[in-house]
Amino acid sequence: MPEQLAFALEVTANGLMAGVLYALVALGFVLIYKASGIFNYAQGVMALFAALTLAGIIDGQVPFSHLINAVFGTDVHYFGWNAPAFLAILLTMVVMIGLAYAVQRLVFRHLVGQEPIILFMATIGLAYFLEGVGDLMWGSDIKSIDVGLPQGINTWIDDTTFNSLGYGFFIDNLDIVASIIAALLVIILVMFAQYTKQGRAMRAVADDHQAALSVGVSLNFIWILVWSLAGFVALVAGIMWGTKSGVQFSLSLIALKALPVLMLGGFTSIPGAIVGGLIIGVGEKLFEFLIGAPFLGGATENWFAYMLALIFLVFRPQGLFGEKIIERV
Amino acid sequence: MFYREAGDFSTSYPEDSQTFPIKFDRYRYYLVLFTAIVIIPFFINDYWVNSLFLPFLIYAIAAIGLNILVGYCGQVSLGTGGFMAVGAYACYKLMTSFPDVSMVILVLLSGLITALVGVIFGLPSLRIKGFYLAVATLAAQFFLVWLFNRVPWFYNYSASGQISAPERTFFGIEISGPNTQAWATYLFCLMFVIASAYVARNLTRGSMGRKWMAIRDMDIAAEIIGVNPLRAKLTAFAVSSFFIGISGALFFAIYLGAVEVGEVFGIQKSFLVLFMIIIGGLGSIFGSFAGAAFLVLLPVALKIVGVDWLGWPTDIVAHLQLVIVGGLIIVFLIAEPHGLAQLWRVAKEKLRLWPFPH
Repeated sequence: MPEQLAFALEVTANGLMAGVLYALVALGFVLIYKASGIFNYAQGVMALFAALTLAGIIDGQVPFSHLINAVFGTDVHYFGWNAPAFLAILLTMVVMIGLAYAVQRLVFRHLVGQEPIILFMATIGLAYFLEGVGDLMWGSDIKSIDVGLPQGINTWIDDTTFNSLGYGFFIDNLDIVASIIAALLVIILVMFAQYTKQGRAMRAVADDHQAALSVGVSLNFIWILVWSLAGFVALVAGIMWGTKSGVQFSLSLIALKALPVLMLGGFTSIPGAIVGGLIIGVGEKLFEFLIGAPFLGGATENWFAYMLALIFLVFRPQGLFGEKIIERV
Repeated sequence: MFYREAGDFSTSYPEDSQTFPIKFDRYRYYLVLFTAIVIIPFFINDYWVNSLFLPFLIYAIAAIGLNILVGYCGQVSLGTGGFMAVGAYACYKLMTSFPDVSMVILVLLSGLITALVGVIFGLPSLRIKGFYLAVATLAAQFFLVWLFNRVPWFYNYSASGQISAPERTFFGIEISGPNTQAWATYLFCLMFVIASAYVARNLTRGSMGRKWMAIRDMDIAAEIIGVNPLRAKLTAFAVSSFFIGISGALFFAIYLGAVEVGEVFGIQKSFLVLFMIIIGGLGSIFGSFAGAAFLVLLPVALKIVGVDWLGWPTDIVAHLQLVIVGGLIIVFLIAEPHGLAQLWRVAKEKLRLWPFPH
C-alpha cells in the first residue's frame, strides 16, 4: 500500500511540526522548573497573554477598554493606530518582563521554601488570574496575529513529493518557520546558559539555591530573569500558535498538552523537552491516523498524549532525560 | 467567653474521643443540623435551591472526596471532573436499566463504580509522585470525557449525545425529572451530604486516616514504620472516588437533569473542586464545606453586585471572577495555607479568650 504509506509519512511530518510547537511551550516550563523548582502551570496562559497583548498592541486597542467603558460609561476602544509588528513584539516583551517582575515580587518571593505542590497550585491560581486579566485587558473575542510569517502550503515540498511519490504532501510554511525558530531558540538558550555570566548564575541557582546565594548570586534577579525568559518563550509560542489558529482561550489548553511532553522528556532537560515534544506530536497524529480514526471513533488526540506519558512514567518515573529521582527519609 | 470549654469533663474514653468533645461545639452542630433539616426546607424555593443549595451540597460531597485524596493522603488529582462524569454516567445507565430500584441504592452503586475506576487510575500513584501524578490524573480526565462522548452505549444512543435523567421517586415523592419540588431535591442531597461527612470524618480520624496522613507527610518514612503504601494509596483513591462519584450522580440526576459531558465535567470542574479545598482548607472536613460554600456563593454574589447593581455586562463580571478566584488562591496559599478552616480555628481560639486575651 504505497498510498497508505505516503499518507502515514505525511501524517508523521505534520506530527513533527506540531511536536515542535508543543516543545516550544514545554521549553518555558523547563526553564522555570530548573531554576526555581516551580512547576509553572501558567506557562500556557502566559503564551495566551503574550499573544493577546501582541494582537492588542498591533491593533492599537486601549487596554481594559471594556472595563473602563463599563465603569465610567465612556466609549473608547482603539487608539487609532496600528503598531508595526517589530515594535509591538518589543513592547510585548516589556510587558512580559514587567509581568515576570510582578510575579516574582508579589507571589513567589513569599512562597520560597514551600513544598513543590503548593507552588504548583499557586501557579494554577496565577493561570486563572492571568487569564482573567488578559480577557479584561483585551476582550475575549478571537483575534488574529499577523507578524509577517509565511503561511499556506509549501509548494516546493508538494511538488517534490508529488514527483517522487506520486502524492503531494501538505506541509504548512508556518510550521517550517516555527521549526526553524524553535531550533534557533533552543540554540540561543543553550548558548546563553553555557557561555554568559547570567547563564552560569542561572545554572548555579538551579543546582543549589543556598550555595549560589553564598557566592553572591542574587536569587531575586535570577528568578526574575528566568521568568522573563519564560515570558519570551511564551511570546514566541504565542505568536506561532496565534498565527496558526487565532488567539483564543484554547491556546492555554496547549499548555496542558505540554505537560505530557515534559513528563516524557523529563522536567529538567531542554533536549528532553524537544524530543518529548516530537514524540508526542508524531505519536498522537499517527495514533489518530492508524487506530483512532478507523477504530475508536476519532478525536483520540485529546487524551493520547496523557495516556502515553502515564504508561511511560510507570516504567521510568523521571522521564527520558530527567535526573534520577533519589528519595531519602 | 463566647466559646468555652469550662465545665466539660469527660468521664469515659468514648466521651473524650467523640467528634465534638466540647459541649458548645456539639450544640452548635445540632443546631446547624436542625436548621438544615427542619427549618430550611420550609423556606426555600426553586431559585434558592438551584442557584445555591443544591450546588453547595453536591460540591461539598465532591470536595470532601477530593480532600481525602489531596488533603489527607497527599495525592494531587486533576481528574475530579472525569470521576464525576463516571458517577453521572453510571447513575444514568443504572437508572435506565433498573427503573424500579431505589435511587439511594443507585447513587451508592454509582459511587462504587466510580471507586473502581478511581482505583484503576490510582494504580500509577505507586510509581509516580507529586505533580507527576497530578499530570497523570489528567489522563483520566481527558480519557473519561472522551469515552463518554464517543461510545454511544454510555448515552443510550441518543441523537443529541446528551443524557437526561428520567423521573424517579423516593418514598413517592419525585426527586428527578422536570416536576420536582425544591424541598424534596434539597433533602435528598442533604441526606447524602450528612452521611458523607459523617463517614469521612470518622474514616479520617481512624487508623485508615492516620495511615493516609502518614503517607502524605512522607511516604518512604510511612512505609518504614509499617504502613502499606499500596493499600493506603488505593484506599484513598477508592474512598475519594466513591464520594466524587456520588456527587457526580447527584449533580446529573438531581441538580442538572440533563448533561453534556464535555461541557459539564470538563477540566474546569476539576480545578473548581481543587480550588474549593485549597480555599477551604486541605485536610479538613469543615474546610470542604467552607470552600464549597465560598466558591458557590462567589459567582452569585458577583453577579448580584456586578450585573444587577452596577449594570456591567456579564462577560466582564465573568472575567473579574477569574481574576478574583485566581488572586484568592494565591493569597490563601501565601497568607493562610490551611485555608478558611484555619481561619475558623484561629477565630475560635480568639473567642475562647475574649475579652481577656491574657
